[in-house]
Amino acid sequence: MRIERLISLLVAGALLPLPASAGVGHDQPSIFHYSRLETDIGSARGDTVSRWDLDAWYGGDADKVWVKSEGELLRGTAERAQVWGLYSRNIADFWDVQAGVREDVEPGGTTYLALGFEGLAPYYFETEAHVFVSQRGDLSARFEERNDLLITQRLIAQPYLEARFYTQDDPREEVGRGVAGEVGLQTRYEFTRQFAPYVDLRYEASLGGAGRAAERAGEYRSSFVASVGLRLMY
Amino acid sequence: MQKGIAAFCFGILLASSAMADTYYLDIARRPVNVTGSPVEAITINETTPGPTLHLREGEDVTIQVTNHLDKPTSIHWHGMLVPPAMDGVPGLNGFPGIAPGETFTYRFRTRQTGTYWYHAHSSSQEQAGNFGSIVITPKGGERVRSDRDYVVVLSDFTKEDPDAILSHLKMDDEFYNFHRLTVGDFFRKAREKGLAGAWNDSKMWNQMRMTPTDLSDVSGYTFLVNGRSPDQNWTGIFKPGERVRLRFINASAMTFFDVRIPGLKMTVVAADGQDVEPVTVDEFRFGNAETYDVIVQPEEDRAFTLVAEPIDRTGFALGTLATREGMKGDVPPHRPRALLTMADMGNMPGMDMDMGSMMAEMPDMDMSSGWAKAGTPEGDKALSYADLRYLGTQKDTRKPDQEVAVTLGGNMQRYIWTINGRKHEDAVPIRLAYGERVRLKFTNETMMAHPMHLHGMFVQLENGQPAAKMPNKHTVIVPPGQSVSVLLTADEAGQWAFHCHLMYHMLAGMMTSIEVAKPGEAVPPVASPSSTTPAGEHYHAH
Repeated sequence: MRIERLISLLVAGALLPLPASAGVGHDQPSIFHYSRLETDIGSARGDTVSRWDLDAWYGGDADKVWVKSEGELLRGTAERAQVWGLYSRNIADFWDVQAGVREDVEPGGTTYLALGFEGLAPYYFETEAHVFVSQRGDLSARFEERNDLLITQRLIAQPYLEARFYTQDDPREEVGRGVAGEVGLQTRYEFTRQFAPYVDLRYEASLGGAGRAAERAGEYRSSFVASVGLRLMY
Repeated sequence: MQKGIAAFCFGILLASSAMADTYYLDIARRPVNVTGSPVEAITINETTPGPTLHLREGEDVTIQVTNHLDKPTSIHWHGMLVPPAMDGVPGLNGFPGIAPGETFTYRFRTRQTGTYWYHAHSSSQEQAGNFGSIVITPKGGERVRSDRDYVVVLSDFTKEDPDAILSHLKMDDEFYNFHRLTVGDFFRKAREKGLAGAWNDSKMWNQMRMTPTDLSDVSGYTFLVNGRSPDQNWTGIFKPGERVRLRFINASAMTFFDVRIPGLKMTVVAADGQDVEPVTVDEFRFGNAETYDVIVQPEEDRAFTLVAEPIDRTGFALGTLATREGMKGDVPPHRPRALLTMADMGNMPGMDMDMGSMMAEMPDMDMSSGWAKAGTPEGDKALSYADLRYLGTQKDTRKPDQEVAVTLGGNMQRYIWTINGRKHEDAVPIRLAYGERVRLKFTNETMMAHPMHLHGMFVQLENGQPAAKMPNKHTVIVPPGQSVSVLLTADEAGQWAFHCHLMYHMLAGMMTSIEVAKPGEAVPPVASPSSTTPAGEHYHAH
């Protein structure tokens, strides 16, 4: 279990002595923060699956420290757990470039360099794209899209897509050369902007070597997952 | 308890000494109750709004402001011609702000008459209640005769911590927008215009990542008249046939109002404290920080409702003009909430389609401003800036020596607001020679209206009237997608704050200053308006 290491990393990140800042002359705040945490529990082929997804930043309009963490527990055991620490720089109206480190605490305990961008594409597509080089020199990439569709002012359907590309087999991380990813629909009800329970339906699949690696790790090549969860923003 | 009595007596003393030469303002945090449960607010002499300062023309005024907060504060005299060090903006003219526990003594001689107001110029304290009104009486008494004279301060009250509001807007620019277009709205439009028509209508918005429902950035407000909620019903008493002067002050942090008193014509006699030729209207659009003095003459023995409806139609500020206490008039239904149109995008640099090709693609598109749609009934007269004529003759009717571009920009999605491409912390002051006559040309590249306020000097609004008749303004609304120009005689040396009076726009960067040199002092040329920040950042309008 390296989950303790993940938790200590997150705690360390939260306690980083970040400077509070005030603007010139007018003492208006110029440092802000954002955290979105989604946790859910669901079922896939009779197994209980739960996951978390944290997206958080701290900083000003131009420069931010960005922390991401996500992970999955299968039958109560951490299958995957990762935490990212990025420096994020605003380079265009809707876009930030990001560089930093990603640590996969589970399963393999691998460190990656991460480089990518994040922002809002036309038609309100929230977009993330990153490439990674592992400590063993393996190259991989990840691409994410999500978009809010308002059924009502508070009932919001969010279709999403995540694709991961691996150029090498990496048995320690239980991945293989190929593509893995998921498409899903999260439907949340915003009691407030900051408190929104959701139901989530998604299809996960691993293709090529990625699929074989998943099978070797005792996972399915593809599965449907239905979950209920909670989204918090603070 | 004793302390309470002492404070009460002090309050009485203050009220009775309001025509004296020294005034005391005590700024403190106290619970106030306007929504049924007490909320901590910033009060001045235990109330919000603070007391009305009744001053006389030519009076040597001393105002002692004591800070009982745990953070610095300040008071700015909005619209008042005062020495620069008395203007009350921390960081300008050597004014450090008022530290906790300290008293700052403001001293100035009044050089004007009319309706003005005061408010904190420190962080978001204005939203928390740190404001009040000023009435300056002319030496020879009021020029416009009235039997009754009421100050009507409009404000937007929130239970939230104002700093948290800004933080929320930085997290999500639509945090407070609960009027966004839904999937259902799209299909309703598709039934009306066909799928292609509905898609075309939404295409530009979606490409620009903007929404036509963005009328106000913040919601959840209770709108107040003189600190009273609609239920608490502020009432002004009149006898039928009396002339009643209402001194409207829009002291809200973020709210434009449409103001009317159904059943009564309003004769506007002053704008931003400065006398104008009387113009009779049914309603007026009221920008933050503006003031209007109107005369009404109710003839009937009944209650008239004073209706100030925010432009996002999320409530009403309501009061009553009545012949006795306890009366209440009818409250009209809400007017429709406007949607912004392509016309409100007029000046946007990112717009790569010209209007011609847009018209070809969207022949049924509405080319009039959505923002300007007040829902004024057919036949009713809404005040227009063009109606305002200075009473008398302006002293300085020179043509401007130079034109200074003031481009209002921003990035709604990141909640960044700029003047000439720069946020306040990177701002380059506009430097003017003493006595110089300049034109400030505002170009609004954003989709929101910005009430632009200049400290220390009045500007003359180029509203189509001849130079001798252009009205004086301290705050000028620049509607979305439009350009507005004003003339300025730089006859007050000092550093004068120049900013959008939507408080969160100011806090998010929409502020700079105009520095007027001392007589005979040289000035460097005005910085290029399209300059970028030292870090190479340039924020475009979205």
